[in-house]
Amino acid sequence: MADANLQLAVEQLHARYAHALDADRLEDWPQFFTERGTYRVTTAENEQRGLPLPVLYAEGRPMLRDRVASLRHANIYEPQRYRHIVSSVLVDKLDSESARSTANFLVVRIMENGDTLLFASGRYVDRIALAPEPRYEERVVICDSRRFDTLLAIPL
Amino acid sequence: MLQKSWPAEGVTRVPYWVYQDAEVYKEEQAKIWRGRTWSYLCLEAELPEPQSFVTTFVGDMPVVVTRDANGVLHAWENRCAHRGALVAMQARGKVERFTCIYHNWTYDHAGNLANVAFRRGIAGKGGMAPDAKPESQAPKKLRVASLDGLVFGTLSPETPSLEDYIGPQILPRLRRVLKKPLKVLGAYTQVLPNNWKLYMDNVKDTYHASLLHMFFTRFRINRLTQKGGVFVSTDGAHHCTYTEMVEDKGDAYEKDGMRSAGSSTSQFRLEAPELLEQVDELGDGVSIQILTLFPGFVLHQIRNSLAARQVVPKGVGRTELHWTLFGFADDDAAMTRRRLMQANLVGPAGYISMEDGAATGFVQRGIAGSPDRTSVIEMGGAGVASDDSRITETAVRGLWQAWRRHMDV
Repeated sequence: MADANLQLAVEQLHARYAHALDADRLEDWPQFFTERGTYRVTTAENEQRGLPLPVLYAEGRPMLRDRVASLRHANIYEPQRYRHIVSSVLVDKLDSESARSTANFLVVRIMENGDTLLFASGRYVDRIALAPEPRYEERVVICDSRRFDTLLAIPL
Repeated sequence: MLQKSWPAEGVTRVPYWVYQDAEVYKEEQAKIWRGRTWSYLCLEAELPEPQSFVTTFVGDMPVVVTRDANGVLHAWENRCAHRGALVAMQARGKVERFTCIYHNWTYDHAGNLANVAFRRGIAGKGGMAPDAKPESQAPKKLRVASLDGLVFGTLSPETPSLEDYIGPQILPRLRRVLKKPLKVLGAYTQVLPNNWKLYMDNVKDTYHASLLHMFFTRFRINRLTQKGGVFVSTDGAHHCTYTEMVEDKGDAYEKDGMRSAGSSTSQFRLEAPELLEQVDELGDGVSIQILTLFPGFVLHQIRNSLAARQVVPKGVGRTELHWTLFGFADDDAAMTRRRLMQANLVGPAGYISMEDGAATGFVQRGIAGSPDRTSVIEMGGAGVASDDSRITETAVRGLWQAWRRHMDV
């Protein structure tokens, strides 16, 4: 049942990540990555065309923390929350220290006045370091649509 | 003709009905987008091979842009002569012929109707009369002009040549960026909850940049105290603003208690400032240049991030901004990496750009009850001219001067 434990561990990582963002615990977000972990948001179209452009890219925790600091102290955006739904999680063990995961996501965006929008859908394609506890070495967020409503402030 | 009158003050006052009125929107489609203006269509780099195409828009009108078998560029309305269906459904591709899926009418790369299925019927039955002229409803053809890798189109035979349209103030500023063959890095669309002109006057508003975009100011990327200026074309239609690379060590913002400077105790520092490191690849020490061409094109150089932004109106209160980020074909790996890092500054998640959609949306919502009131656009006086200060709204007034001329208002 080693595989079941791995599945559970990866799903729990995805779940904790989603709850942190949805609960506005942005300061916890960099901790889901390894010290040099990368985070890249792109579109299915760019991936399919073989184009490298990210919508958002961070390399290592310092850059992830910069993103959070900027959201907290510099960027202006209307109050909003997300609700992440993560499902269909596939996990492959690569070796004793790492795994690969692909999962589907939906992100619903809720504005202060109640406006609720299906903001993004897509896939998380992850490489996960398993020890000492599971963290993302690489998280690629491939959005199904090339279109973003107004702005993408809170990470997906 | 619009039954509207402009405030007596002229371009220092913009009445809010310009952003709200369905009749105005409809008239703009005819007089501006399909009128005597050049619209950006795509990059030549998106049509690398003979027989390739991309689909785009000029205002509401769907357009196909092609490169034919001989390498010549064409643009034509994406509408079948027969029943008006889209001829090209895909965003891009390569085809021998374009075939409308509805009844298999076909077109060549220049947009000429090449074949009508069963035009003569079958076995003497059915088909069209010999004197039928389906070509009379053929897709409209645009004049196409390519300038240093950017492709533009216009429907009007009266539009001056693209170079004359852009004019001597702005043309060298455009050419300054487009020095070499371009390479597409990627694209995305930002949907803005506002009228298209609110985005254009935001981009032309040199006064807002360091006040709304706190990232700029906090990191001293762009402050109005840094050396820079604004160029406006003689007719007011186009503009270009730039900032030089020298770091501003002054504290004008702090002294004025500006929100964007932050308090002195919470001085904001990047842990990973390599994100911002610029190589002066254009060789003139300019850090940021934002350039617009009327009606809906923006070219930006923000450090080493280069992009074309195409404004596509989608109704009175909705606009799509199609971003295409590019580099040069001969970029080395380090330069590509730098451009991709600095992509963090722009687009829907851009440290700098993300607020523009929010701010212009706030205007669209704020003015809902006041079509009879106007904005106040008096920074830098009442004129429309180039200026060595950016604490001015001269380029915004230029937009309205051009808009009024096209719209006869």
